[in-house]
Amino acid sequence: MRLSPDDVRHVAELAKLSLTAEEAQEYAEQLSDILEYADALKEIDTTGVAPTPYVLPLTSVMREDEPHDGLSNEEALANAPDAADGFFRVKAYFGE
Amino acid sequence: MNLYELTIQEALDGMDRGDFTAVELTADLLGRIGAVEREIQSFLTVTGELALAQAARADARRRQGDASPLLGIPLGIKDVLSTRDVETTCGSKILKGYVPPYTATSVKKLEAAGMVMLGKTNTDEFAMGSSTENSAYHTTRNPWNLERVPGGSSGGSAAAVAAGEALGALGTDTGGSVRQPASFCGVVGLKPSYGRVSRYGLVAYGSSLDQIGTLTKDVRDAALLLNVIAGHDPRDSTSLPDATPDYRTALTGDVRGLRVGVPAEYFIDGIEPDVEQAVREAIAQLAHLGAEIIPVSLPNTDKAVPVYYMIATAEAGANLARFDGIRFGYSAGADRLMDNYRQTRGEGFGPEVKRRIMLGTYVLSAGYYDAYYGKAQQVRTLMKQDFEDVFSRVDVIACPVSPTTAFKIGEKSDDPMAMYLADVFTLSLNLAGMCGISVPCGLDAAGLPIGLQLIGPHLGEEVILRTAHAYEQSTNFGLSVGGLAAASRRHVAG
Repeated sequence: MRLSPDDVRHVAELAKLSLTAEEAQEYAEQLSDILEYADALKEIDTTGVAPTPYVLPLTSVMREDEPHDGLSNEEALANAPDAADGFFRVKAYFGE
Repeated sequence: MNLYELTIQEALDGMDRGDFTAVELTADLLGRIGAVEREIQSFLTVTGELALAQAARADARRRQGDASPLLGIPLGIKDVLSTRDVETTCGSKILKGYVPPYTATSVKKLEAAGMVMLGKTNTDEFAMGSSTENSAYHTTRNPWNLERVPGGSSGGSAAAVAAGEALGALGTDTGGSVRQPASFCGVVGLKPSYGRVSRYGLVAYGSSLDQIGTLTKDVRDAALLLNVIAGHDPRDSTSLPDATPDYRTALTGDVRGLRVGVPAEYFIDGIEPDVEQAVREAIAQLAHLGAEIIPVSLPNTDKAVPVYYMIATAEAGANLARFDGIRFGYSAGADRLMDNYRQTRGEGFGPEVKRRIMLGTYVLSAGYYDAYYGKAQQVRTLMKQDFEDVFSRVDVIACPVSPTTAFKIGEKSDDPMAMYLADVFTLSLNLAGMCGISVPCGLDAAGLPIGLQLIGPHLGEEVILRTAHAYEQSTNFGLSVGGLAAASRRHVAG
């Protein structure tokens, strides 16, 4: 199936990516080509085949619940675009 | 001979004999970088002062009798590996200026072993690409021909080693990103089995596929580096607790009786004749050395590209959600929080990264999950079973790394599908968790290197190193260090 630029804008919104109109058009073409190519997988009979999300057996790895040194507050904030009073600062979600 | 032409082993021997110091060696490498980097552009950051300080410490340690395995060895580190106090961009604008507060385990292990870090090498943005053309900063050139790509995504690391700008380097391989640039640049590229090397501090692309690997001038150096970086790490729950052998002991030079499988599906239409001929001659050489050649089949090989691009992009979409302009990296500074997310990511990521995030988001979205992502995970099981079947009958698989030699810069950059399809020979073993190595096996008519790929079973690093080493020792392509340095000198001069 082919994606429209509107489909692409919907996916971009899910992924929180701003796109220009030109980008939406170009990605619609390119993503459609890739998905059509991936349609070849539908011809393979996978009845009763278990999925492989990881190649290793999935096991919960536990460790002793002992405190370790982590990053200091200063180190954690050192790369922040905006910080105040020892916290990350974000833009308002709501506003006038 | 210039010091920068040495292998790691030769440099260690030279320093142990007292022929030269780590400071002299490092200064020689920095001089080489100064001479050729303007043309090759392997690095995103060169850490010259840090390197000389580390080299001085290595010399002091050696004088005190320290015998750490990489004492004073100058290496490059791919810029997707976190390095404390050294900018780590992943080749992306969204991480411009980001200085990690911690160091990746693999790099830490190299440092403990005495490495001198020369700098951070160029990569396709977030390791997504096959040419370094997706780097937000610059495209690295192939030292064998400056109009050609070095391959990717670890193209900076491969080119640095091939051009004599580093004695070795770390790369990462999610779908071929160590082996393919090694093949294009005429160096040795080792992708260990999934779980063999800790991924802690590697900025994640496809978490079930990513593995850190090495780029070196020969197979012995690959074993030396793997000895240091392999092993369990409590900080990576997918790193395996299995004991790490001394991989050098695998380098026996003897492949008599070794069963080498040759999969028909890796010799297809579209493979360049020079590549096919060189790889077939390399397989004949293994037979000449006493290996038994066995035709095998990996019937789902042609599904590797769609399976990989469904799974890797789904994982990438989730992994790259962390780049939100709040905790680190670029921030667009929009007035509202949601607008700031959209603009930060829209402006900070390059076109290929956005393409893969959207593809991954789409295949995971309601209504399409089963048809694309779920289906790909099932076909992945079949591909893994194909390998397990073959490895019940052979010890190692021999095949090409890439259907072509290094292509021209710009030749495929506007055609993502063409770029994806060229990865067909390298993707399967990441999906199955196997290990693989690319070792030079000749030049095409244009003088560009060709790579032989040897694939081993999970945790089969010893058998692929043994096979690659025996092959390398028995051939004389002039692809050894002198040949590489001569090639890069010639092309840089021209």
